Amino acid sequence: MLELGIDLANPAGWLPVFFALVMAISMIAYVVLDGYDLGVGILLRQTNDLAEKDAMIASIGPFWDANETWLVLGVGILLVAFPLAHGAILGALYLPVAIMLAALTLRGVAFDFRVKAKAPYRPWWDRAFYAGSLVASWSQGFMLGQLIIGFQNTAFGNAFSGIIGIALIAAYRLLGASWLIMKTEGTLQLNAVQWAKRSLALTAIGVIAISLGTPWASARIFEKWFSFPNIVMLFPIPVMTAVLFFIIARSLERLPLRLGEGNQYGVAVPFMATLGIFLLSSYGLGYSLFPWLVIDQLNFWQAASSTEALMVIFYGVVIVFPIIIAYTAFSYRVFWGKSTPLKY
Amino acid sequence: MDSLDALVLARMQFAANITFHILFPTISIALGWFLIFFKSRFLATSQAHWMAAYQFWIKIFALTFAIGAVSGITMSFQFGTNWPGFMNTVGNVAGPLLAYEVLTAFFLEATMLGIMLFGRGRVSEWVHTLATWLVAVGTTASAFWILALDSWMQTPTGFEMIDGKAHVLSWFDVVFNPSFPYRMTHMLLASGLTVAFLVAGLSAFRWLKGERSKEIRATMRVGVWVAATLIPIQILVGDLHGLNTLEHQPAKLAAMEGVWKTDKGVGAVLFAIPDAERKMNRYELSIPKLASFYLTHDINGEVKGLDAFGDDHPPVGPVFWAFRIMVGVGLLMLAVSWWSTLKLRRDSDPSTHLAIGLSLMTFAGWLAVVPGWYVTEIGRQPWLVYGVLRTADAASGVPPSNIAASLTIYLLLYAVLLAAYVSTVFYLAKKAASGAPGDEPRAGMPSAEDANDQQGELSNA
Repeated sequence: MLELGIDLANPAGWLPVFFALVMAISMIAYVVLDGYDLGVGILLRQTNDLAEKDAMIASIGPFWDANETWLVLGVGILLVAFPLAHGAILGALYLPVAIMLAALTLRGVAFDFRVKAKAPYRPWWDRAFYAGSLVASWSQGFMLGQLIIGFQNTAFGNAFSGIIGIALIAAYRLLGASWLIMKTEGTLQLNAVQWAKRSLALTAIGVIAISLGTPWASARIFEKWFSFPNIVMLFPIPVMTAVLFFIIARSLERLPLRLGEGNQYGVAVPFMATLGIFLLSSYGLGYSLFPWLVIDQLNFWQAASSTEALMVIFYGVVIVFPIIIAYTAFSYRVFWGKSTPLKY
Repeated sequence: MDSLDALVLARMQFAANITFHILFPTISIALGWFLIFFKSRFLATSQAHWMAAYQFWIKIFALTFAIGAVSGITMSFQFGTNWPGFMNTVGNVAGPLLAYEVLTAFFLEATMLGIMLFGRGRVSEWVHTLATWLVAVGTTASAFWILALDSWMQTPTGFEMIDGKAHVLSWFDVVFNPSFPYRMTHMLLASGLTVAFLVAGLSAFRWLKGERSKEIRATMRVGVWVAATLIPIQILVGDLHGLNTLEHQPAKLAAMEGVWKTDKGVGAVLFAIPDAERKMNRYELSIPKLASFYLTHDINGEVKGLDAFGDDHPPVGPVFWAFRIMVGVGLLMLAVSWWSTLKLRRDSDPSTHLAIGLSLMTFAGWLAVVPGWYVTEIGRQPWLVYGVLRTADAASGVPPSNIAASLTIYLLLYAVLLAAYVSTVFYLAKKAASGAPGDEPRAGMPSAEDANDQQGELSNA
């Protein structure tokens, strides 16, 4: 910070950092929360049994809308706190963003249409649910890839981003399957263990590919990672991620036997460990990008709104954010435990 | 030419998105309050038909809310991508207003919706009632913030421009700018009227399908009564809103009235084809001196015409026509709601004519709200923020081909969703009317017992 000439004691110095943090929290909250929703949507195709499909969607029904609101907050903060970066990033990602939005729209409305539309149309809304989840996941991964390499619209850049899109599909699938292990029972739960197993390997390959590909694609990140003392700061990330993968693999091996005996012990382990992998990856990503919103072009301070506007929003965030966390926690407590059929 | 194309496309895309979006909040804002009414009637009287009404309308609410929420997400992206100059110039005003909408309204309504829809049985009755209230408060709070911003863009106050950027002097003046109280009231009443006709219309539709339940008799009356009560208030508020526009945005008003030349004793134009080339109306049919009378309260009062603004006035045709469609639908609403109220006071059952009339009016609210918004938004042109920032100066450098491609995607999607929404709403009504056993809408995991249970609850009602 000192080398950038930023004075963190001054509101003009710390407010952009504060909002970058709030934005990062919102985006990570979105990725893990809507991530399990999207994962469940991607898994919808794994079963032909209508009751199982209903049970899968029942497990995410009370949450998805609030989960998606984190995206609005994240993008909203990008818009109001870093308007220059909002224009630059979303302008560069115009088409993938449009595709993601169309896919999220399709997925979101399918929740209702799949149970309310005329019977002959309902299977089509299930397909829309699946396709919307899949395409939204892929385009989010694509955008992540573009963010890492600083928006290179080249064949290499698009290929790299496309592969990250596939990796994110696998990761969301793992998150969705482990959510189902935690929230459902019976055959569906046992099936979810198998789905998680199949997603696990692909997720691991994805994480390794990103970790190797990122420093290869970005010389700046290469320098950052492999210089002292950063390498010491970053070293725990791959180690802990590897441990978490091992924990998930072991848990998925043991769960079928235990569940067969009617023992629900440890059903939350795969989900929590997957959550851990997402958080570690986000930490690594944040560490690599900091303090840039657009690599080498726009940092937090260059992109920030005026201090006066940020101060007004700051008070709102400080007062309202804890309240949002509180009622979100309340909602998760209300729907705690195994999900039940949704009807109203 | 390229930049002009990009501007036109950016405007078309934004208009397509916001037109589609506004249809759904218009319903969910007031329907939330209708749900509270149905639920409190049930809690107060224990009459089961109020619960049945609640259970039917909550399905419509959930569907409407979902489409409104996902189409709203698109808006949060497009503010920046289509109009980077907007945040760049007035970000100090718009940023906090948008941020407070997300913080105070979006999370509240989305989270409480989960509890309201699926939490019955998991939380106590009063917590569920509280959640229902908070959903309605959330949707209304959302309207408050976004209408404050839109009104500020129409009648900006409470700021100063320094080096081409707006800086806030008084947040009170920014939020409670001159057109805000009128626009907020006008929109909330519009939402109330839209839902009143939706409720009355679908109840009448169910009546036509042969249903004779206490539930639809009650909801038809509620819808008709609310409509008959709100429409005169709406006409009055609309008139006051017009006078407010005359004071602050005279060019918009001149376009609405189709007045090309500043004159005294100006007539009210009932019909005309505005000709932008010759700056005159063709085939004009007007009532002499009436416009002067209702605008200035003097039959010979002077009304500013479009000639007073040079080229800085909105395109006349769309504003002129949209205004007449809105007013026309409003007058139709007045006629239908009062006629229905009188008929339903005299007879306990609606006649077939009445039921047909009401069901044709089911989505009448949309036909007034959308043109109404076109009057407001097109009427503000060529400004994005009136007198502060021109729309053309706020446009982005996104390649036109990208905008055209995404516009195509959105239009296709919205056409499908709109058709699906309207047909599903009528389908749900038809199904409720036939009460076909075993065909109960599933909201998640159904089983034979669940369907039977719910069916049982409804038929006990």
